[in-house]
Amino acid sequence: MCEVDEENSGCLQSRSVPGVCKMCVKCKENTAVLIIRVGDAFCRSCFKEYFVHKFRAMLGKNRVIFPGEKVLLTVSGGAASSSMLAQVQEGLGRDAPKKLRFIPAIIYIDEGGVCGQDPEEREETVAQLETIFRKTGFPYHIISLEQVFSLPSSVLEPVPGGARQPGGDYKAAVDQYIQQSKLKQKRGEASVEEAQDSLTHLNIYSPPSPEHTQTLQRLFSTLKTLTAKEDLLQTLRQHLILHTARTHGYSKVMMGDSCTRLAIKLLTNISLGRGASLAADTGFSDSRYGDVVVVRPMRDYSSKEITFYNRLFGVESVFTPSLDTKAPDKASIQRLTESFIIKLQADFPSTVSTIYRTSEKLHTASSPQNSSAEPSAKCLLCLCAADTKAEEASAFQATLLSERLSVGKAQSDPAHSNPASSNPASSNPAGSCCQEQGCGAGGCCSTSRIPAPTDLKTLLCYSCRLTIKDLITVEALPHYITSEAEKRQRRAQMKEEIGEFLLDEDEDAE
Amino acid sequence: MPVQCSSCGQNRAALKRPKTGHSLCRSCFFWAFEEEVHHTIVSGRLFSRGETVGIGASGGKDSTVLAHVLKVLNERYDYGLKLLLLSVDEGITGYRDDSLETVKRNQQQYDLPLKIVSYEELYGWTMDAIVKQVGLKNNCTFCGVFRRQALDRGAMMLNVDKICTGHNADDVAETVLMNVLRGDIARLRRCTAISTASDGEGAIPRCKPLKYAYEKEIVLYAYFKKLDYFSTECIYSPNAYRGHARTFLKDLEAVRPSAIMDVIHSGENLSVREGVKMPVQGTCSRCGYISSQALGLPKLGIGKHHRLHGKILAQQPLTQEEERKLKAVDF
Ligand SMILES: [Zn+2]
Ligand SMILES: [Zn+2]
Ligand SMILES: [Zn+2]
Ligand SMILES: [Zn+2]
Repeated sequence: MCEVDEENSGCLQSRSVPGVCKMCVKCKENTAVLIIRVGDAFCRSCFKEYFVHKFRAMLGKNRVIFPGEKVLLTVSGGAASSSMLAQVQEGLGRDAPKKLRFIPAIIYIDEGGVCGQDPEEREETVAQLETIFRKTGFPYHIISLEQVFSLPSSVLEPVPGGARQPGGDYKAAVDQYIQQSKLKQKRGEASVEEAQDSLTHLNIYSPPSPEHTQTLQRLFSTLKTLTAKEDLLQTLRQHLILHTARTHGYSKVMMGDSCTRLAIKLLTNISLGRGASLAADTGFSDSRYGDVVVVRPMRDYSSKEITFYNRLFGVESVFTPSLDTKAPDKASIQRLTESFIIKLQADFPSTVSTIYRTSEKLHTASSPQNSSAEPSAKCLLCLCAADTKAEEASAFQATLLSERLSVGKAQSDPAHSNPASSNPASSNPAGSCCQEQGCGAGGCCSTSRIPAPTDLKTLLCYSCRLTIKDLITVEALPHYITSEAEKRQRRAQMKEEIGEFLLDEDEDAE
Repeated sequence: MPVQCSSCGQNRAALKRPKTGHSLCRSCFFWAFEEEVHHTIVSGRLFSRGETVGIGASGGKDSTVLAHVLKVLNERYDYGLKLLLLSVDEGITGYRDDSLETVKRNQQQYDLPLKIVSYEELYGWTMDAIVKQVGLKNNCTFCGVFRRQALDRGAMMLNVDKICTGHNADDVAETVLMNVLRGDIARLRRCTAISTASDGEGAIPRCKPLKYAYEKEIVLYAYFKKLDYFSTECIYSPNAYRGHARTFLKDLEAVRPSAIMDVIHSGENLSVREGVKMPVQGTCSRCGYISSQALGLPKLGIGKHHRLHGKILAQQPLTQEEERKLKAVDF
């Protein structure tokens, strides 16, 4: 159809056949062992220099990690995050001017319970990882996904941002740090290295109880699609990392997303309706949680470079199955997007870098995703800024209208539009019987206290609504989510009741 | 077992809505489809009373359904619009001949005035002639650029205030994906806009009343209304990115039917960093048409745009080098 093609095609760079490059382009002495891009043939040692430099340059350029700051490295066992761990070790071992000066720890989230591993396999994976972690000498946390059932609801409350802002006072902070460590040395106090050793309380992994694993599996079995399962897993995982960071005072979390992974994530998130938080989800840093900032220092590396580095320098990784490991290409949006990009990249090597550059042009810094917004303006699950107060002419409103017009007036009660819901509360306006009467446990409203799916929806962003729409019953959700949802709903209800007396609509009493 | 319509609860359902999955009877589906377009028109403030609106009619399903629905809504809600059909004859043998026949029949069926502008009359050559010059590949670029201009010129002859086109939700979502794949942030930001204002002389404001209508529902609507449309696609292939984006979108829709709307929602909510350079639209000095990095043939090298453009317009033979470059854009 020509009508839509008023825009010309760009130039997809077809695969170029690399010539036989024999010498390293950098030192021009040694034989090259690999070609990263056309014309970039490196020998072993120049490649290492290039790779290591890139990591420090990424951190140096962005200046968000402060000397002496506690940083949590998320390691999944995969190539990219294992490589990240190796880079941190490398950086901490360097001499003064090039030395990294933060205090690292490791976190691993054991998702085996929903990814098809039996308890023995899970313990085996954990044992392998622990061996790697112990060699680093860094403290580590191994947390099973089952622990979401004991998370407090405070994890969903955004905390106002830390005092430190990237950029401005970085230099001052570095100077202060150097002064302090000199002082400490004079006074014979522990240096960073020693402080780190004393921190090394090993978090011994306790396997989850079979009951907890069953509860977790039940939750995932109530999700009707793999797309929703993958999305919820991502969210829960993030909550566990955030909680660990907060309770142990890590103010930065490092994720090992490579350039390839981020390109896939960018297109996946567009397809999932997460356009509004795209910049935070794929950029270098993400400050939506306020007190804990997520950074992605591996974003300049392609997965190919990482594979080369790990192989040449013996970086160990551990295979862990994921939700979609055995799934066919079209089983979920995430899986589909991944295979689409990988195939396209094989034919057109500029695919990943082109998509990746898009993420750099997106907006992160300003207000929409800022941490200062009041809790009710944030999505209950992913904590991004709500994107559902869209204007009348929008895809969101158009979708709502389509739903409304398709059920007609006669049957437009919420229960009907949600036939999959087995929740009795959905046919019964939430809290109508015992509103604010402190009805005791087991009373008339013990079930209706759990928000119906339609109620939960109002607290979610566009994309998380899609995920929850695929959930058969909200009762399976961990308690910290439902209790925070109730709290927000009560607050919204209160606000509605006193609405006419409020002068400033945006004022939040908290 | 017959399924009951989920809207009226009385009639037997005739179809399952691709957009929502609900089972509806014919009349409830027609009603929902038309009401949704009405909502798009009203909420997007697409038209004002008394305006003359040119419907870009290609004879295809999108523009046929658009013409039908606009006529229905103009009467039902008394928009007070003067509607007319506007068609471009590119001079593509076998494609345009047949599709123009369809448009002519539409004119009679809907009782709307029709204006056909031909490339031959505007530029002095046909698409077939251009194909002889530059080969079969990458003609949609020409198709697109010249078609746009031709519609504008036709609209100006008829004093049209606004042009509306049959772009549907699938087209918009596809364009979002395509612009991500080619890293075109400027177009990524623009492409979800429901209407474009008149920017620069010579361009007439355009809008897309079917922006939120699924392609599959447009086909269903045309099928049940027994609308007369021409269903062969243009023989000149779409560009590489669009082809990939289209396949990907179809796959996404199969996994999650709301994905089309979800992609548009993403596009509507992107925020682009300040200071990212956006190409400025200007008017091409040679051909007098709007040109930006966008509309020209940027990847051929900016300098070459005018020379090529000019040569093609003047029907001069292209050098081997130029022909090679034109072909290199596609693959
Ligand atoms: Zn070298
Ligand atoms: Zn969310
Ligand atoms: Zn009906
Ligand atoms: Zn020109």
